[in-house]
Amino acid sequence: MEKKLNEFIPGERGIVVRIEGEGRIRRRLFDMGVTPGADIVLRKLAPLGDPVEVTLRGYELTLRKSEAECVRMEVKDA
Amino acid sequence: MLKFALAGNPNCGKTTLFNALTGSTAHVGNWPGVTVDKREGVYKKLSEPVAVVDLPGIYSLSPYTPEEVISRNFILDEKPDCVINIVDATNLERNLYLTTQIMEIDVPVVLALNMIDVVKKSGDKIDAATLEKKIGLPVVQISALKDEGIDELMQRAYEAAQEKRSGSTVLESSPLAHVIDDVKIALRCKGVDNPLFHAVKLAEGDEIEVAAHPDTVGMVDEFKKQFKDSVFEGDFEALVADARYKYISANFSAAFVRAPRKEGLTKSDKADRVLTHRIWGIPLFLVILLAVFHLTFGEDLLYLNAIFGFANDVSTGNAVLDAFVAVFYSSAGVSTPGAILFNLMGFCTDQIGGLIGRGMEATGAAPWAQGLVNDGIWGGVASVLSFVPQILFLFLLISILEDSGYMARVAFILDRAFRKFGLSGRAFIPMIMSFGCSVPAAINTRTLADEKERVMTNRVIPFFTCGAKAPILAAVCGAIASRYTGVDAGLLVFLLYVFGMAMAVLMVALMRQTSMRGDVAPFIMELPAYHAPQLRNLMVHLWDKLKHYVKKAFTVILASCIVIWFLSNFSWEWKMVGMEESILHDIGSFFQWICTPMGFGYGTAKLNQFGWVFVVAAVTGLIAKENVIATFFILAQALGGLAGAEGQSDDGIAEVLFLMEQTGITWQALISFTVFNMLTVPCFAAAATVRGELPKGKFKYTLAFWLLTSYIASSLVFVVLSWWWTAFIVAAAIALVVLYFVFRNKGKIDLGRKKNKAARQ
Repeated sequence: MEKKLNEFIPGERGIVVRIEGEGRIRRRLFDMGVTPGADIVLRKLAPLGDPVEVTLRGYELTLRKSEAECVRMEVKDA
Repeated sequence: MLKFALAGNPNCGKTTLFNALTGSTAHVGNWPGVTVDKREGVYKKLSEPVAVVDLPGIYSLSPYTPEEVISRNFILDEKPDCVINIVDATNLERNLYLTTQIMEIDVPVVLALNMIDVVKKSGDKIDAATLEKKIGLPVVQISALKDEGIDELMQRAYEAAQEKRSGSTVLESSPLAHVIDDVKIALRCKGVDNPLFHAVKLAEGDEIEVAAHPDTVGMVDEFKKQFKDSVFEGDFEALVADARYKYISANFSAAFVRAPRKEGLTKSDKADRVLTHRIWGIPLFLVILLAVFHLTFGEDLLYLNAIFGFANDVSTGNAVLDAFVAVFYSSAGVSTPGAILFNLMGFCTDQIGGLIGRGMEATGAAPWAQGLVNDGIWGGVASVLSFVPQILFLFLLISILEDSGYMARVAFILDRAFRKFGLSGRAFIPMIMSFGCSVPAAINTRTLADEKERVMTNRVIPFFTCGAKAPILAAVCGAIASRYTGVDAGLLVFLLYVFGMAMAVLMVALMRQTSMRGDVAPFIMELPAYHAPQLRNLMVHLWDKLKHYVKKAFTVILASCIVIWFLSNFSWEWKMVGMEESILHDIGSFFQWICTPMGFGYGTAKLNQFGWVFVVAAVTGLIAKENVIATFFILAQALGGLAGAEGQSDDGIAEVLFLMEQTGITWQALISFTVFNMLTVPCFAAAATVRGELPKGKFKYTLAFWLLTSYIASSLVFVVLSWWWTAFIVAAAIALVVLYFVFRNKGKIDLGRKKNKAARQ
């Protein structure tokens, strides 16, 4: 099933299919390791519901839901 | 001299290594982006001394923020003899992504696998020999913190620097290999340095490269037209990033053997569960902040006395013993650590001051010389020194927050709230730093990617009360607390700090609606693992701060004190006179009327006579904010002479109390005075730094912004505190402004904006 990363709930895991969105944000996401094929787990939401914290490539990354919206994911069953 | 550059991801330990190599004490913290400028040192343990350059952390060589440009340009343009690429061994995959880019430059590269002690402790294994073979670069395992492997690293770097190296790429088997090769050859024929690196960046479509090589970019476009694939649809940037990561996982990850993890949470996870909790995260942050200020400025530890009411002044009959006990315990309650430090230091400065005074008398120096030394020099300097231990304690607490990794979490939990006002959570880090000093905080705004966000953050940085302004707050609040019962100094200081923060947020919101319209910058940030603060690190921080303070006290502040003393004791005819006829009196009185709305201009008869004292104090604060307290002291001494009072203490709280009695200034006006100092133009050093960080032409507006904001805000504070019902008028006015912006944003009100827009189009 395909989903955007911002639609994930805490604990959900998936694999990046592609990155959409505008130039600079895209490049930053690539630099941080959010590339097609990367395995991402959504860890938690910030106290006010945004941004989100994810684990990928063995480290913790935080990004906003609006940026997570650029990330198309294939959901993996736990 | 050979030059080695330290490059790597943010927060991978570059500065720790730099300090270990060069014996420096550069600032280290546990969050990405501590180092924002390159700095140089010398390593002396090789056969010849070698220059070592510490660069700001970068995630890739396509820069995103201004401080990342510094790193890229250094590696490309300054041609170091060797690049030491520091890699966080606990996070190999993402760190090696940068390595695959640095490899493409024609420069010797040595890979330093840092934090190897942490890896070993977790039971993981790294096969450095395999990695070295696969990647084709020397690989050394080190622990910068524990000082392991560093000499070997430098030896290998030294060997590598003896030979030329041309770039290599991991993209050789990617579909882009051909076009990269063609572009590389074309660039080389034109005599471009580092042709491989530029060729790859051109293929990616990096804007800087496309602008720099407009005639070669056609080759890439040509190729792109013919190139068809279903996955990336001609998006070469994604293709290159993907190819790099694929190569890393296929070839290098084999060198890393992860030990089987016990099911469950790491320590970092456990800490995060509490500190970034959905409900408790934000209240906990506020409690931590309150605790920091309470422990530093409060007089009643944990408010025990306010709750249980047990405390009494101790009287043993021995005055010295009583004074000593009062340092720790008085009728206000058990002292907090900060208060104990302040009391102890006050005790010391009083004793030394007494010694100097008696010494001067014994030598029979002229009265003016005695006055200059006792009241001008020692008094002014001592009033600043008396706060130093307390401020250092504040620094210690902030350093612990910084070193533990909590700062990045604060950005995480507050981003949403901040965005409402127009800033990203990342901007909160320089703001918290400015609780220490505005100068490094202003420099740190380089880590913000968005120019408008940088300008706004620089403007509101002074509103986060720095260590030099803290004594003003401590003295004023302490004096008010000891004059009126039921007021707690620690809480009052905290409220003033919060007021400054609220003003910052408010002003950012206002700027976002007027001169700085635009969207909030993106927020994509690494959250480092927590670790216990390093004692050595903390001590280095404190030692640096202490040196900074003492140096400042005996240079800038000492000089200011002498000038102020002369101006307040001499007339225009250069004769020694009472303060009433002094040069300073005339200058201060000239500007006094301006301060009337803020409560320290004209008012009661007494204030009419002495209000200028506060005007002068505020102006001397421009040189260094500590001067405000120093000026208070010198002028209080002069006033004491007028009133015939004797025997005051050197500590700031007593001075302010004395000034309250003598000048008839109200507590409302004192608070307004403090607010004015908090919000107005910062000291020269900070103002100059902010000027350097702002884009050209923005500084004059920033100056006007500081002056207007401080004048209006402190006037309002004075009016509202003096006549409580005016709060309703102020609240209504603010509500009107907010409503105006809300309706305007919905497009319901339009005061002449349509016309402007039409004219622009």
